[in-house]
Amino acid sequence: MQTLWFIIVALMLVAYVVLDGFDLGAGIIYLVVGRTDEERRTILRAVGPVWDGNEVWLLAAGGTLYFAFPLLYASSFSGFYLPLMMVLWLLMLRAIGIEFRSHLDSPVWRGFFDVIFSVSSILLAIFFGAALGNVVRGVPLNNDGYFFEPLWTNWRIGPQPGILDWFTVMTGVLALATLTMHGALYVAHKTLGDVNDRARKISLVTWPVVLALTFISLMLTMRVHLDVVDNFRRWPFGLVIPVVVFASLAGVLYFASEYREKPAFLCSCIYIAGMLGGAAFGIYPDVLPAAMNQTNSLTIYNTAAARHGLAVGLVWWCIGIVIALAYFTFVYRMFKGKVVLEEGVGH
Amino acid sequence: MDSALFIHRLHFAFTVTYHYLFPQLTMGLAPLIVALKTLALWKNDDRYNRAARFWAKIFGINFVLGVVTGIPMEFQFGTNWSHFSQWAGGVIGQTLAMEGMFAFFLESTFLGLFLYGEKRLGQKLHWFSGFMVFAGSWMSGFFIVATDAWMQHPTGYLRMTDGSVQLRSFWELVLNPWAWWQYAHNMSGAVITGSFVMAALGAFYLLSRRHQEQAPIYVRTGVIAGVIFSILQLFPTGDGQGRMLARYQPATLAGMEALFRTQPGAPLVIIGQPDTEKQQIDNPLLVPKMLSFLTYKRWNAEVKGLDAFPKHDQPENVPLLYYSYHVMVGLGTIFIAVMVLSIVLLWRQKLFDARWALWILMLSFPFPYIANIAGWMTAEVGRQPWLVYGLLRTSDGYSKMVSAGNGLFTLLGFMGMYTALSFLFLFLIHREIERGPEPAFEVRLKPPAYEPELAEVR
Repeated sequence: MQTLWFIIVALMLVAYVVLDGFDLGAGIIYLVVGRTDEERRTILRAVGPVWDGNEVWLLAAGGTLYFAFPLLYASSFSGFYLPLMMVLWLLMLRAIGIEFRSHLDSPVWRGFFDVIFSVSSILLAIFFGAALGNVVRGVPLNNDGYFFEPLWTNWRIGPQPGILDWFTVMTGVLALATLTMHGALYVAHKTLGDVNDRARKISLVTWPVVLALTFISLMLTMRVHLDVVDNFRRWPFGLVIPVVVFASLAGVLYFASEYREKPAFLCSCIYIAGMLGGAAFGIYPDVLPAAMNQTNSLTIYNTAAARHGLAVGLVWWCIGIVIALAYFTFVYRMFKGKVVLEEGVGH
Repeated sequence: MDSALFIHRLHFAFTVTYHYLFPQLTMGLAPLIVALKTLALWKNDDRYNRAARFWAKIFGINFVLGVVTGIPMEFQFGTNWSHFSQWAGGVIGQTLAMEGMFAFFLESTFLGLFLYGEKRLGQKLHWFSGFMVFAGSWMSGFFIVATDAWMQHPTGYLRMTDGSVQLRSFWELVLNPWAWWQYAHNMSGAVITGSFVMAALGAFYLLSRRHQEQAPIYVRTGVIAGVIFSILQLFPTGDGQGRMLARYQPATLAGMEALFRTQPGAPLVIIGQPDTEKQQIDNPLLVPKMLSFLTYKRWNAEVKGLDAFPKHDQPENVPLLYYSYHVMVGLGTIFIAVMVLSIVLLWRQKLFDARWALWILMLSFPFPYIANIAGWMTAEVGRQPWLVYGLLRTSDGYSKMVSAGNGLFTLLGFMGMYTALSFLFLFLIHREIERGPEPAFEVRLKPPAYEPELAEVR
């Protein structure tokens, strides 16, 4: 039962990163790809109808995490207090940037919110990557399963790690590069003309960076967190994951150079899902490994809610997810195809 | 008071109070917009469609602010109240997760369709998306109120050996009688805010002789909804909520009334300042025996005063509790008076010419906001010193790992951020009000001499 909820929460987080990832990515390349107001509105129109729904995956995943693993939620949210609060502020700024930009037709107003939107997207990508890095690296958990990390200490992995050290900075940069590529592929897929062209070029330029960082981070992760290899040894079918990761990355390059934008974007989705899935596979059954004393690690067993609650939750969760998927299918169908600026209100 | 505890309480109190300025309006406006949209389809009258479109814009701005300030609320359970979250997550994780799965997905999907998709969807589907936004926001309200109601009156839980709680009965959690009274009272309060705001803006347009065709619709809709829900707010919802309190939180009730001593035939205090040192009310204006009657429906029933409870189980801040409760009830009474007066004038077809009455309607819109916030303060301050009534004390629930200094840092950050948001919000709302509803179709056919910049954008 705990394993099932671990998979559910992991899947919801993957859905969040894949979906909100492309609108974050669109924000990252926004100022570079969109040069005129019309081009910027085209990019916003591409993410406008869906970004809010994408972000709901974060809230829904957070709620589900709280429900299924209360101690993990309590411990990680209070331990990552400062970066989470900053993530909140960035999410707020970003939402304001997208939604209020088009209310006024003034270059000053629009320019201001353009920068807000893009900078908050960039910082969010780095923060999320660093967060994942922290989870993989482990945090200084005490006997009660709690910890507190300052933003940084000495930038080293040791007994007193900060949120940022060389490892988490690297995962942050990896996330930034990945989402840049991901967002660029999405924008290319949804647009025509100059915007499409620039976005596609960006995706091709970032591709080698992503490949290099993926490789380096895999190597380093095995050094930082020795146990990750254990699960792959115990269940060899897990080795499919790295194969999928590199195959999908190759797919991105192939389809993007062939101007086949949709398959390229889908490959990028698979790549992200593979990376996150691999991380989850590697740390299972831990959910938050302890940096020093392994016995303090939070696992799915010592953090989960009681069995009855989890069983009840399964009923409404299944109903809820079917409805949510129906909404998403509906909205994405409704707004499918290339964005063409038309008359009317909106972004 | 331990300063970290104080900072964490202030952190939540500040962010939730600010947050609730927006959902109370969106939850209140949503049914009114659906009503306008329904009238438009039913009577095939474009005036109502334009009214719905205009209010959807006001709704949209408020909704964005509501979402943006709402995200920190879910996070703060973990960041600032981690021990409470760990302790109670097995129970209230249910309602909070269900809010995400059922309400947030629904709202985020249909809001965009409702705000921007009228042309693409056609009228009937557009009505449907409006209705779904209404349903989503009210569902979201339910899950949050059910969570709070569980903290006020825990049901359906099981005590574990480590002291924490886990779910025993899902239905007892969701069908908690406290939750349903509180929900009804809260939603009715939200509609009061929505209707006062709608009536006030209509009155403003009438008084300034603008949008003379649309303004009466706003005033009429606002007044009709306002009178219904102002009365529902008192009876049965307020009354039912009061009976819950008398039954399950007698110490809170004593604090709300600042009833220091247990007595039969307890009076109801209308005005007066509680003096906790001397255990009395200064310059009181009392209705004899009324409190006994309201609480137990018997004039001479004995009502427990604060002296009936040990000091450490009494509400900590009796004056604040007393004031927030009395502000809420006092304003609620005034709302009924204003709305009954307005509906009588409306009935006799004099309201739109009675400038004095329009002035009252226009100026009264801030007060439902105050009353709603005061009501929530009554509930939350009244529950103290408990975080979960009778089970977990507030002083045991906050994040012990987050120091006062770190808490103050983010509190100040939120204060700065929300100040900026307030300016942005007021500016955008002011702009929508100045622009007003779009003119009627015949007017629109004239050459667009007005707003040249608008033609440029499109």
